[in-house]
Amino acid sequence: MNRRFVSLWFRHLTTDWLTLRRPELKDVPFVLVTPARGRVIITAANALAEAQGITAGMAAADAKAVIPDLQVIDDIPDQAARLLKALGEWCIRYSPLIAVDLPDGLLLEVTGCTHLWGTEKDYLKEIITRLISKGYDVRGAMADTIGAAWANAHYGRVKPIIAPGQQTNVLLNLPPAALRLDAIILDRLQKLGFYTIKSFVGLGRSVLRRRFGSDFLLRLDQALGTENEPLQLLRPAEPYTERLPCLEAIRTATGIEIAIKTLLEKLCHRLQGEGKGIRTAVLKGYRVDGQVIQAGIGTNRATHQVNHLFKLFELKISSIEPAMGIELFTLEAPKVEDAEPEQEILWSAESCGLENNSLAELLDRLANKVGANNIHRYLPQERYWPEQSIKPAPSLKDKPATVWRTDKPRPSLLLARPERIEVTAPLPDNPPMLFIYKGERHIIKRADDAERIEREWWLDEGPHRDYYVVEDEQGRRYWLFRSGHYLAEERPQWYLHGFFA
Amino acid sequence: MQHAKKDIISQLQKNILLWQGFAPPVADKAKGIGLGPIEEAFPNGIFPTGAIHEMLCPTPEQAAATGGLMAGLIAALMKPGGACLWISTSRKLFPPALMGFDVSPDRVIFIDVQRDKDVLWAMEEALKCEGLAAVIAETREISFAQSRRLQLAVENSKVTGFLLRNDPRKLGTTTCVARWQITPLPSEPEPGLPGVGWPRWRVELLRVRNGNPGSWKLEWADGRFEPVTEVNEELNVQERRIAG
Repeated sequence: MNRRFVSLWFRHLTTDWLTLRRPELKDVPFVLVTPARGRVIITAANALAEAQGITAGMAAADAKAVIPDLQVIDDIPDQAARLLKALGEWCIRYSPLIAVDLPDGLLLEVTGCTHLWGTEKDYLKEIITRLISKGYDVRGAMADTIGAAWANAHYGRVKPIIAPGQQTNVLLNLPPAALRLDAIILDRLQKLGFYTIKSFVGLGRSVLRRRFGSDFLLRLDQALGTENEPLQLLRPAEPYTERLPCLEAIRTATGIEIAIKTLLEKLCHRLQGEGKGIRTAVLKGYRVDGQVIQAGIGTNRATHQVNHLFKLFELKISSIEPAMGIELFTLEAPKVEDAEPEQEILWSAESCGLENNSLAELLDRLANKVGANNIHRYLPQERYWPEQSIKPAPSLKDKPATVWRTDKPRPSLLLARPERIEVTAPLPDNPPMLFIYKGERHIIKRADDAERIEREWWLDEGPHRDYYVVEDEQGRRYWLFRSGHYLAEERPQWYLHGFFA
Repeated sequence: MQHAKKDIISQLQKNILLWQGFAPPVADKAKGIGLGPIEEAFPNGIFPTGAIHEMLCPTPEQAAATGGLMAGLIAALMKPGGACLWISTSRKLFPPALMGFDVSPDRVIFIDVQRDKDVLWAMEEALKCEGLAAVIAETREISFAQSRRLQLAVENSKVTGFLLRNDPRKLGTTTCVARWQITPLPSEPEPGLPGVGWPRWRVELLRVRNGNPGSWKLEWADGRFEPVTEVNEELNVQERRIAG
């Protein structure tokens, strides 16, 4: 989805606020000042004062000379940040992702929010008019990137909304200051005659980096949208953790059980509300002696079933060593996924297919005890070499991509390593007459013709195998193979590879 | 008087079966599992599902034969679309072979554990999971107490369990419903054809709880179990003579 951002610029943030607090200042030019380096410096001027040439950074005495009846008011430190935070909280009605952009702005990620107010234009207009009606002088702009939105809010002249993908065209005509650069770099650009972004955007990146540093390039990329820019959110998405401090140090298994249950209930309640489920969870216990002990579980599919998760932890309780006692439990869910809604109840409990929840829960329990890498399910693979005709399935949901072959006989038991046997064979390419396996002679009564299986020459080299299904005089059935051809100089080696039912 | 006594005794026997965990079969389920005459050896003449069967396989050849017979049984158990668990310490079963017995190998989940103790633990957990078609565990030894635990698990869940006793050292009493031993027998190819025929076994029921132990010859032919009777065999020999 195309991301969209809104940048809001409060041009007279602190003075507007003061005017709201003290309506008598409405028609009076006034400035906010703060002492710095033995002088009194203006930090903000209201619109009336600015109209007469007073700007932030001037000395208050100079300003007094320009406007004799200028009101000078002491600034409250950090007032701007506090105001922006409050305004940001108010703006959460428009989008949940809001960041404060010091010293005088807000950034909103509005991806997927605008249609609730009709169009993007209606949306932006709604925000701006509401803020202006409150008494703040605000400019806003919307674009695909934070940088472009900021630039357009501060320096744009044409229209506030940059259509998706159009940020480059709009930025070209703006001054370099629109890129949120350092004063030093801006000064240097000014000296070199780069008055618009257009004049340097086409230059080589290495040239620009050498002259202006990599921060400059980063800002440029962020505005153009080739680089991602993270937002420092006002209300960051909460990580999935729960804490449980204990009044008295816990030392018993029962105590730990209760702690796990309480934590799981809290966490699962939240997950359920958000439609998510746990894939991995870590329980940490902070012990009195300063040690931190932990136990982790994993699940095959996202779940927020307290009972099931508790059963998984139950297996781990014995490994939690409380020693002198545990003061604080925390439960984290580092991996959380969207949980599928429970539908299984609709199906009959008669048959438990691979999709069944109770099977997944069983496998979770087993995996937590014996290790997930010891649980296998196999899918057919289109390869002839017997050892490679199957491949492990990565998850329970995978379906076989090809069919299981049944045209050739395959033994019930297959030895991981074929075992050498001694053989008497009458003729090349005939099944053997007898073979000796583990010191026992097997006289072959019946045998099928050879099935030749070639090696996959593009993967490994070596002799092919000629497989024979044979049955001895007692009816025991084996899968033998001869490795390679009969050659004049050396006799081929025979192996036993499997047992037939 | 005599008649009434008989009724009472048969009623009591049924009650004993019930107390031992044998639920009377539901009418529509009484289809049988396809074992033919062997099923008659079991109480009520029905292959007991929701119970534990013990299979002795002293040699790998017998293990292979047991694997075949069991795959045929699982195929019937998995008909309604279930999954099956195979728990072992050193697994030699070759999954594609199951396809020859109508079991889709991708519906079997293999669990490889390190110790025999873990096999039994995993089996008990699995047997508690209602709706699984079957749980198969390869274990060498099992004590009476351990088998009792498994029995209690299946009584609630009605899952069928199979214990494969590979190369068992001592055979104690267990709560298993039946003790099987399957030995491969020489196959009989179609008359006049060379090569190896359908797999054929001697199926021995060494112990059946409330049933009648016995020994049968069985063949897996064309996707189902086919009892090999003496008459059949005689017929085959004659046909071969004619063909020969």
